[in-house]
Amino acid sequence: MVPAVSIDNVVKHFGALQALAGVSLEIAQGEFFGLLGPNGAGKTTLISGLAGLMRPDSGSFRVLGHDVTRDFRQARRLLGVVPQELVFDPFFNVRETLRIQSGYFGIRRNDDWIDEILANLDLTAKAEVNMRRLSGGMKRRVLVAQALVHKPPVIVLDEPTAGVDVELRQGLWQFVRRLNGEGHTIILTTHYLEEAESLCGRIALMKQGRVIALDTTANLMAAHPGGTLEDVFVRAMKQ
Amino acid sequence: MIGFWTLFYKELLRFWKVAFQTIGAPVLTALLYLLIFGHVLDEHVRVHGVRYTAFLVPGLVMMQVLQNAFANSSSSLIQAKITGSIVFVLLPPIPYGAFFAAYVLAALARGLMVGLGVLLATLWFADLAVVAPLWIIAFAILGGGLFGALGMIAGIWSEKFDQLAGFQNFLIMPLTMLSGVFYSIHSLPSFWQQVSHYNPVFYMIDGFRYGFFGASDVAPETSLAVVAACFAAVSLLTLGLLKRGWKLRN
Repeated sequence: MVPAVSIDNVVKHFGALQALAGVSLEIAQGEFFGLLGPNGAGKTTLISGLAGLMRPDSGSFRVLGHDVTRDFRQARRLLGVVPQELVFDPFFNVRETLRIQSGYFGIRRNDDWIDEILANLDLTAKAEVNMRRLSGGMKRRVLVAQALVHKPPVIVLDEPTAGVDVELRQGLWQFVRRLNGEGHTIILTTHYLEEAESLCGRIALMKQGRVIALDTTANLMAAHPGGTLEDVFVRAMKQ
Repeated sequence: MIGFWTLFYKELLRFWKVAFQTIGAPVLTALLYLLIFGHVLDEHVRVHGVRYTAFLVPGLVMMQVLQNAFANSSSSLIQAKITGSIVFVLLPPIPYGAFFAAYVLAALARGLMVGLGVLLATLWFADLAVVAPLWIIAFAILGGGLFGALGMIAGIWSEKFDQLAGFQNFLIMPLTMLSGVFYSIHSLPSFWQQVSHYNPVFYMIDGFRYGFFGASDVAPETSLAVVAACFAAVSLLTLGLLKRGWKLRN
């Protein structure tokens, strides 16, 4: 079976800074995969490359076998990305935002699916509210909704619960788990290690632009009997 | 094609939602120019055989078409870059040609709406004939498209609002104000007449004005060739930058 994501020896420099130092990674279809590391480890750069927002110095990214540069149309259709930054277009309300995002992906008359996403993210009451008037948590939900409008088989969540209250986190994870159960591949970056521990079947730990550990969550935890993922993480970062 | 139409529609909606600022304000500015310059000079100056106010109106219309087409694409892109919402158009599979066409056509739409508004508002003040409407349409579309594309370059290049303001104040404003909007270049000393021929905006204003009066400083065919060549050059440059992802995709 074609991997959901295939990253092959990717190198990226920003001036003198080496952001990615030859990262290779394969994520199978249907996985719930965690990408963990401290700030500056290269997680967001890696995701940007996968999304076609960053062009690597060398190496390649593939989504379900489609190269993100050469076959960018197909690769981008298969990928949904929730960006880390809380960004929004202040001219539009929530429903307009989602209709426009659907149109960018070539989808017209997407209101049935938009209504379903809104309901699952508890946004139905805010559908006609301008983006400027939403709280930070609500804006974050809309970002998740925007990434899902085209029903991508591969979903990347870049710190989706940063600054989000407990109720939304639980609702969000319930929804994402359901999507994963339906066959969507989920790639998650987060600083909340307990979330990664409970959600992810496999985890990559990144440090200074390299993958320093890659295994199932169970195997990583087994190396520290009785410990938490946080213990694993701290020890790996000290090495 | 749906991606292109959606981006085009979004760009239209973006300026239409703040039409008071994006359409009403430039129309008022043009009216003020007309009232001040027309009041002072109308009794004393005739150009190409017409009264000064009538001479001024087509120049003001075209100037606003150009400036607003530039303002639309440049402000949309810089705002999206600075707020980070540019990712919403970079993540989907929109080809760079469609991206270019959507921004330029929306910029042109705003330019033409403002131009039409200025024309309608100033009709009260001047008797205008339309001698060659096809020339008017051709110069308005090519000029607006050219400045829409130029606005894209400025919006993509700028990383801060003051860089964009610099582009606007030190390049676009002088090019448009010193292009013969307010005068015929035959009234200038010979050196400045020569200099004016290096300003592409001069050809846009002069050709556009020809459509109203049937008289111009330069043959309209020459002006059309210059403007079309500039439009093609700037469009190719913009498409090249978009293809490379210059300043959009690291």
